[in-house]
Amino acid sequence: MKVAQENHREELSMSPVIEAKNLTKIFGDLTAVDNISFNVYPGECFGMLGPNGAGKTSTIRMIYGLSPITRGALAVFGLDIAQNTRAIKSRLGVCHQDNNLDPDLTVKENLEVFSRYFNMSPAAARVQAESLLRFMALEHRKDARITELSGGMMRRLVLARALLNAPELLILDEPTTGLDPQSRHQVWERLGELKAKGLSILISTHNMDEAARLCDRLIIMDHGGILVEGKPLELINQHVGHDIIEVLEPNQSLRAFVRARNMEHEDLGHRLIISTGDGNALFREINNDYCKEGCIMRMATLEDVFLKLTGRELRE
Amino acid sequence: MRKILPLHLSMRFLRVWERNLLVYRQNWKISFVPPLLEPFFYLVAFGVGLSTLVGNINYDGSEISYMLFIAPALLAINIMNNAFFENTYASFVRMYYQKTFDAMMATPLTLEEIITGEIVWGATKSVIATSIMLAVISLFGLIRYPEGLLIIPLSLIGGIAFGSIGMIFTAIVANIELFNLPVFLFITPMFLFSGTFFPIENLPGWAQYIAMLLPLTHMVNLTRSLSLGIVDMSLLPGFCYFVISCIVFFPLAIHKMHRRLIK
Repeated sequence: MKVAQENHREELSMSPVIEAKNLTKIFGDLTAVDNISFNVYPGECFGMLGPNGAGKTSTIRMIYGLSPITRGALAVFGLDIAQNTRAIKSRLGVCHQDNNLDPDLTVKENLEVFSRYFNMSPAAARVQAESLLRFMALEHRKDARITELSGGMMRRLVLARALLNAPELLILDEPTTGLDPQSRHQVWERLGELKAKGLSILISTHNMDEAARLCDRLIIMDHGGILVEGKPLELINQHVGHDIIEVLEPNQSLRAFVRARNMEHEDLGHRLIISTGDGNALFREINNDYCKEGCIMRMATLEDVFLKLTGRELRE
Repeated sequence: MRKILPLHLSMRFLRVWERNLLVYRQNWKISFVPPLLEPFFYLVAFGVGLSTLVGNINYDGSEISYMLFIAPALLAINIMNNAFFENTYASFVRMYYQKTFDAMMATPLTLEEIITGEIVWGATKSVIATSIMLAVISLFGLIRYPEGLLIIPLSLIGGIAFGSIGMIFTAIVANIELFNLPVFLFITPMFLFSGTFFPIENLPGWAQYIAMLLPLTHMVNLTRSLSLGIVDMSLLPGFCYFVISCIVFFPLAIHKMHRRLIK
């Protein structure tokens, strides 16, 4: 099993789908993407996490050739993006952050017209559109106008549209932002199915649940740079441990206790957050001796890693 | 100016054109109304109502009726308006509000193809509207055939020139309200002073020189000659004016759009 896994990895490392080396994007005075390097391998779901303005969308725009790179190298499918933009784009599916469905057209027409941009024949476009409408559970709304759709339906349609050309790489820029939980889970469900079929996916998000659920590997970005790269669980264990204990209205004796034991913690004033390997014994102790207003123990999540690394200040 | 332009422009621009045609076909009945009715209104109001006051007009050494004078100007204005307004307001809505260009740019389409598709579409609207209007005006017996048929290919060249000019504004305006500036400083003065409703010879000398720089003046000259059945070397300067306009403004429109959209 282990050997097989390593073989697999070796095979992957031979031909990344995306290869970014010292990638930099500068707009005037602003360095939006600052010298980042990462690889995305075939069949993997790779996440880009980061607060607003971290450089996620700028990176994505470079990957699909919309935005020329300032410095560094960027290859998609092994091809240099600047020289092969059209060839690369014909093998990509892109889901933009904001809804850019065509409001002048119906649901079905949106897909059919869009497939024509890929030079698909009208007959092939029709077949592909129908099968994707079924896949995304939109068949019953195929003659509806875009404005008549709910947010969740629009997202599913954007996703269907990104799949028209049977892409080898799907790029998703915040695919579930603004969706209700039902719609969000439906999108995740579909993405899971696509991933199972071996589609490579690059996803940018600041929904940690989404990242933990979908991504095989991810990077956390801030201020244009990469802070960490790794598998979701490894990052959690590495940066915050297994368990988190949160104490409301901590008193001075708890603070002293935490400091004396040299425990990794964060003091937010009204809330003290302690990260620890196995928290059971510690939690019992804190709960008995120091807990006045309430305290809880929970599993550490990617969100803890994210907040630890990017800080808690507001970004906008 | 970008040197790699030909590399980025293929016949795929027709895909963008087709998209606009599909939308147009949904409302074609409404789109057909203005070119059908406009000539009626103008010819009745100006031709019938005003011509009794104006009498005949001296054009190119011969006396022609006022209706015969303004009918080709209506065609020229129509060529200008259809392409210009399509590639300003309508293109801006697609680009800015509907983000249609953003979606297209994630496909194998290039920016050059998108903008070309838009401009050729604007010119196509000029051709459609001109053909309808030409038929209506012909009912009044104001067009000489077969020479008058040349107005249709002319509307394509004119449409590309006026559409490219419109697209340049689309690339530089910050918001849709700002189109009022080119409309009131460029389109409206041309509509009135390009030899449309009175000969430019009636203008003071300096104003005649300015009028001679304006594209609509040349378009009116061309449509008027063709309507009257004149096909000779006198058409050449006007024709060259539009060919040169296309050669200058079309790449400029793409260049400006590049600046706006590729960052």
